[in-house]
Amino acid sequence: MTVTTDAGTTPSDDRVLSFDGLDVRFTTEFGSVHAVKGISLDVRPGEVVALVGESGSGKSVTSMTALGLLPKNARVGGNVEVAGKSVGSLDSRGLRRLRGNDVAMVFQEPMTALNPVLTIGLQMSEALELHGIAYGRAALDRAVELLRMVGIPEPERRIKQYPHELSGGQRQRVVIALAISCNPRVIIADEPTTALDVTVQADILDLLRSLKDQLDTGILLITHNMGVVADMADRVAVMFKGEIVERGTVDEVLNRPQHPYTRRLLEAVPHLGRGPGQFGTSRHAANSVDMVGAPALEVKNVAIDYHRTGKPPFRAVDDVSFVVRQGEVVGLVGESGSGKSTLGRAALGLIEPAAGEISLFGERFTGMNAKASKRLRRRIGVIFQDPAASLNPRLPIGDVISEPMIVHGVGDRRSRQKTVYELLDAVHLPRSVFNRYPHELSGGQRQRVSVARALTLEPELLVADEPTSALDVSVQASVLAMFTELQERYRFACLFVSHDLAVVDLLADRVVVLRDGKIVEHGDREQVLHHPREEYTQRLLAAAPVPEPGEQRRRREERHRLLESLGDEVTTLQLDPQRQHGRLDDSTRE
Amino acid sequence: MTDPNQHEAHEAIVPMPGGQGADPGSLQPVTRVEDDLEGATTDKSYSQGQLVLRRFLRHRAAMISLAVLVFVTVLAFTSIGVGPIPGWWTYNYLQPVEVVNGGRPTLSLWPFSIGEHPFGQDTIGRDWFAMVMRGTQRSLIIAFVVGIVSTLVGTAVGALAGYYRGWVEALLMRMTDLLIVIPLLALAAALGQISGGRNIFVLALVLGLVTWTGLARLVRGEILSLREREFVSAARAVGTSPARIIVKHILPNTLGTIIVAATLSIASAILLETSLSYLGFGVKPPDTSLGLLISDYQNAFTSRPWLFWWPGIFILGIALAVNFIGDGLRDAFDPRQNRKKD
Repeated sequence: MTVTTDAGTTPSDDRVLSFDGLDVRFTTEFGSVHAVKGISLDVRPGEVVALVGESGSGKSVTSMTALGLLPKNARVGGNVEVAGKSVGSLDSRGLRRLRGNDVAMVFQEPMTALNPVLTIGLQMSEALELHGIAYGRAALDRAVELLRMVGIPEPERRIKQYPHELSGGQRQRVVIALAISCNPRVIIADEPTTALDVTVQADILDLLRSLKDQLDTGILLITHNMGVVADMADRVAVMFKGEIVERGTVDEVLNRPQHPYTRRLLEAVPHLGRGPGQFGTSRHAANSVDMVGAPALEVKNVAIDYHRTGKPPFRAVDDVSFVVRQGEVVGLVGESGSGKSTLGRAALGLIEPAAGEISLFGERFTGMNAKASKRLRRRIGVIFQDPAASLNPRLPIGDVISEPMIVHGVGDRRSRQKTVYELLDAVHLPRSVFNRYPHELSGGQRQRVSVARALTLEPELLVADEPTSALDVSVQASVLAMFTELQERYRFACLFVSHDLAVVDLLADRVVVLRDGKIVEHGDREQVLHHPREEYTQRLLAAAPVPEPGEQRRRREERHRLLESLGDEVTTLQLDPQRQHGRLDDSTRE
Repeated sequence: MTDPNQHEAHEAIVPMPGGQGADPGSLQPVTRVEDDLEGATTDKSYSQGQLVLRRFLRHRAAMISLAVLVFVTVLAFTSIGVGPIPGWWTYNYLQPVEVVNGGRPTLSLWPFSIGEHPFGQDTIGRDWFAMVMRGTQRSLIIAFVVGIVSTLVGTAVGALAGYYRGWVEALLMRMTDLLIVIPLLALAAALGQISGGRNIFVLALVLGLVTWTGLARLVRGEILSLREREFVSAARAVGTSPARIIVKHILPNTLGTIIVAATLSIASAILLETSLSYLGFGVKPPDTSLGLLISDYQNAFTSRPWLFWWPGIFILGIALAVNFIGDGLRDAFDPRQNRKKD
């Protein structure tokens, strides 16, 4: 393995966070698990170090050691120093002082990182009071100031609100404001944008970038998203199975990867703008013959309502029309709350439209008797987002895949088993998983099982709701490659719901862009994703990061120009004019 | 609550079972990458049932309790026999015999001998061991019948209400509420009196029909959350019938809750029967039950305390054992709920 030492190792007093030979083991019911195997890593002020790896690589465990937040069954070896203090030697009092003052954390999911029953102001002033920075009225004023700094409009009003009244991006800004409230020397950001939409992600990354520039804070960025790495990081360390397999500057690692794992990881990232044919798939431009195909799914002026008690119904989808023809893949793109999943479920007949009509192969679910609707359902397959949730944990894989055949009374036991084996081969799973349970499989394997289940009855239409967004990139790549291969073979029509433009670019023939339940843009993939006409699509495309630092810098500047031309501001940390220089407020620190 | 397969939200801090501890040192980058990315199908791992069983078997209190319960059950049914089948004990619970040792227990621990009447005799000379065994039999039968009946009814009501929602739910749950607001003991006493009280199976059935309410609410709650899960949507999208979805996809996932609640309802049924019989609304003489034995001889507590203590010990033992087994099952099904210090 290649462990290149950092160019120019600097004296230790310069470091705000350093891991030295860190080693973590967990004692579990099933024996000891070696999560982190002797890694060393430094973060200096004003620098972003990205720790990259897929789930289970030990990157989050590593970051937790810096806060002393590991569960009791962990045994930690090696040394972790934060701002010159060794975390291992601190008692619980010292640790509490360390957290917040010297090191702060930005979590992945801002909704769960904030307490839902306390107002924003209360949570922020609590942090300030605990660390003795300001009390009472002064603490609230300071909270307002912090919220203004992270770009939350009307902070005076916001501090009286509860977390659920804010949008996801604003909540993450609050979390960031909390993190910088005590002037930490280093911020650990654990997947800070994974739960957010791309446009919001770009804003949050802009905020973090200006934060480290203006406050000279070090940032340890933990992520699996290579685009975010290219956008943010100065240096990168790639973690795999508890070890750092490669490290270097962002340019070295992303453009000239040495370790086979890094290369593999980078190859697996779908590139927006490269279109089909990535990952060695041979999907040809499908619109040659298929455009004349009969419609498999027809959505006509559909509106869908969610009923709420005591309030007028919420219109999730409004006046949407599009067609999926046989043999073609239509990408349904939008941010969270755009109604894309709702449309997907309506296409499956799981939700009744409030207006308009949805027809499958010329037939409609509405007003259909049970027998006819069952016959119609035989012709459609479905893949859901979360493979852990969409497989019944109590059924072995063989039963999961053969269930549709049993429901529709297809074949006998023997022929069903034969079909299951064929499907397992088709999705590249070993036949030995037949008697395994879903929890024994990895995420990617589970999603292959859902794909196999969806194909059991050889459907003519497949509805895939974010089928790869819960997967690691390398797994996503193999699932996507398999998906295109199967689509080539079975020629099913597919409604592919996704928020990931790069994935849609790779798969779809046509693209429908949704926003707040309405269609924004609709057309061929090439036209929508490469020459977007609508402002919203342009914003979406500009916000999607690509895993190449140089190109990403160019895209970022382009995006900033686009935002300016549209009259929006680029998110930056808004410092008070008096405190323009240096750290926030050093006089209050002791 | 019974689902160890919750999505692994963040990085799994405690990895899934079967995640290998992995050897440090020997790292062959390329092959390791391939192996690890393709997952660990060849690892030794456990199905959910095996996992639960493993945890249950390790629960010491539950294991001891299970042994106690089995011992008591076997003792009660073999000693004096069931129905026409005779047991190995000389006396039966109906005939008075000659009073030995003033009716005091002849059981002595050191030197060990059980003597003629190990638990003593009652005021008219009936063998107290035979009577306690008969009482234990009756109590156990009532407890298990009640457990089964209330579990079936509760599960059915909860499942239907939770899955169908709408007016079905409104009707079933208001019915449940109605049963809950009437004091259980009064209701059971009235129904027990009406049903005659001669046949204990009828009594057990009646008790089962009034004690399902708690389980119905539990199951409904579980199903309300399970029916929104994607695997249920997937089943519906395929065209699976509601009956099959409930039985095949949803109920197996609530098994943990159901089993635990059933166990605990058995324990409370024993106590309910005891209270009823004590009050005179339960089992009627000449048949007997543990509660009836205590109530019949409560006045003899000072002069002949063994008449009180022996049935008391058996009630306590059975109720405790069943409760501990329930605890063990709950821990086994949901290790997170009551995690001991690691």
